[in-house]
Amino acid sequence: MVMSDFKAIEVKNISKNYDKGKIVALDNISFDVKKGELFGLVGPDGAGKTTLLRIIATLLLQDSGEAKLDNFDCVADFKAIRQRIGYMPGRFSLYQDLTIEENLNFFATIFNTTIEENYHLIKDIYVQIEPFKHRRAGKLSGGMKQKLALCCALIHKPSVLILDEPTTGVDPVSRKEFWDMLGRLQHDGITIIVSTPYMDEANLCDRIAFIHHGKLLTINTPQNIIDSFGNVLWSISGDNLFSLMTKLRAWQNTKSCFSFGENLHFVSINAQITPQDIMHYLKDDSVQVSKIVPSIEDCFMSFMQN
Amino acid sequence: MRTILFLLEKEFAQIFRNKAILRLIFIMPIVQLIMLPLAADYEVKNINCSIIDHDHSPYSRRLIGQIEASTYFKLVDYQQNIEGAMPKLEKDKSDIILEIPQNFEKDLIKEEKATLLIAVNAVNGVKGNLGAAYASGIIRTFNQNIRMDWMTFPKMNPIPEIRISSIPWYNKMMSYKIFMVPGILVILVTMVGSFLSSLNIVHEKEAGTIEQINVTPIRKHHFILGKLIPFWILGIVVLGLGLIVSYIIYGIVPVGSLFLLFSFAAVYLIGTLGLGLLISNYADTQQQAMFFSFLLMMVFILLGGLYTPIESMPEWAKVITKFNPAAYFIEVIRMIVLKGSGLKDILPHFFAIGCFAVVFNLLAIWSYRKQI
Repeated sequence: MVMSDFKAIEVKNISKNYDKGKIVALDNISFDVKKGELFGLVGPDGAGKTTLLRIIATLLLQDSGEAKLDNFDCVADFKAIRQRIGYMPGRFSLYQDLTIEENLNFFATIFNTTIEENYHLIKDIYVQIEPFKHRRAGKLSGGMKQKLALCCALIHKPSVLILDEPTTGVDPVSRKEFWDMLGRLQHDGITIIVSTPYMDEANLCDRIAFIHHGKLLTINTPQNIIDSFGNVLWSISGDNLFSLMTKLRAWQNTKSCFSFGENLHFVSINAQITPQDIMHYLKDDSVQVSKIVPSIEDCFMSFMQN
Repeated sequence: MRTILFLLEKEFAQIFRNKAILRLIFIMPIVQLIMLPLAADYEVKNINCSIIDHDHSPYSRRLIGQIEASTYFKLVDYQQNIEGAMPKLEKDKSDIILEIPQNFEKDLIKEEKATLLIAVNAVNGVKGNLGAAYASGIIRTFNQNIRMDWMTFPKMNPIPEIRISSIPWYNKMMSYKIFMVPGILVILVTMVGSFLSSLNIVHEKEAGTIEQINVTPIRKHHFILGKLIPFWILGIVVLGLGLIVSYIIYGIVPVGSLFLLFSFAAVYLIGTLGLGLLISNYADTQQQAMFFSFLLMMVFILLGGLYTPIESMPEWAKVITKFNPAAYFIEVIRMIVLKGSGLKDILPHFFAIGCFAVVFNLLAIWSYRKQI
């Protein structure tokens, strides 16, 4: 990691409302992203991630507060910032009627550069889509579209890469590949800020910020967030999960109980509680209880509850 | 400048790749120029006529014979009274009833005047009006012929008579097509200028590509110019193509200067492109842009003097036509193509259209700035 203390992005007290104040999209958000860091914005749909990234990318004006990128102000120096960022919106937004090569060429030329000049940056990604370079972008698969969009965002050698939910709607294999690529770009010294609704991807970031209803819940490294969970987490499985959950939620010992796939994740207000106590309460032979290490998602749920 | 060139290159690549639009751009003028002048013909023929002849005299038969002989009327019914003729009129089987009263000939000779009744089905107003006008014309000729007959009696004093004969200037055959084709060309150029350009810009909004463009160092005026120049060129091409088509099919050769015509079109297109840009600023989807352009087009066509002469419109409509850029171009193209008007004749139009170009574009840029 080529991280330094130099701040690539500084966000101070940013607020943004929509519909004349009826909808609060961002509520007094402040955070920094260090140079060379892979920073994740994690939160459910509608949390305000896109709004925040659009403000940093100079596409939207905040109501109050200030944002800086490489020490340039996102409002006053928007021209300088546009030279330094590579932005990939959540929706595929390249020209669908131009080919891969034409799209890449177009974005290279409008940044006054050529594909050859920065080929080293995109090489790893581009070789995967190069065989199809004469195919129109609209005819590509979801994963290939993402790779092309990333290439176009990188072609002018940006110092900061802003990615808005780059892996939404992409298959698991391509998602994995995409994150591997982000890791390599980070090695090349590019600062990356990425938003994602997938909690499993949060582990791959250097630091993450939980965002919910326009508020920042916490900012920390994934490991520190997990370490700070502070409670014993139980995984409970059984035949009828729904009735088990209703029953647990009604229990006076319960702090929280959420369904996670085929299990329930259960936290008790009583730290001394044992699996036997739980089984005894549930009175169901099919129930199995085991102690587990919390995941990022558990942490997010617990932050949301507080 | 370099940026604009790249934008133009991209824009043309996209236009030439969009086969449907490209075909439309080239086929539309040809099809419209072939179909519309033929369909939008004011000459009404085959007016169905019912006749009630109470007189059965040589004069009444002569009148009926003349009506029958004209190419406008088709005798569909011959009745004894008006009650018998009305059902056909009500069923839309006949458009006009001519009733010749009893003693038509006698009155004409004895009292030197006679009355006829023309009843017109006004459901199809144009047909009814024209039918009545044609019938009156025939009756007038008939009347004159009778006078001529009587003049041969030596005892009668010759009646002084003014005969009106008209020569249609600039369109000797009074051909409807020569008059309509240039007007339709204006509508086509307007459609390319405002329709296509606004749809194209709104498409970038819809597809989200404008987002990607906005984070690049492309300046807004680069982007706008990159959008408008291709459609300016296309508009000029469509006009040229339309003139070629109207020469091949209708043999229309502009009497005036082509250079003047294209210069006027160049300024006119700047105005309509500004209008297209203005529409695209307020429309979020192509549907909205489409419907709004359609509304404008209707106003342009109906209040532009293409079908109905502006001079015969009510005062309030005349005021609206003053704010209709298409009305100026329709007038100018007819002046240049039919009459061969020079720069001096169209200078006021040039000035007006120049104002439109400036105002529309200023408004468009101003409303574009308000967005992020």
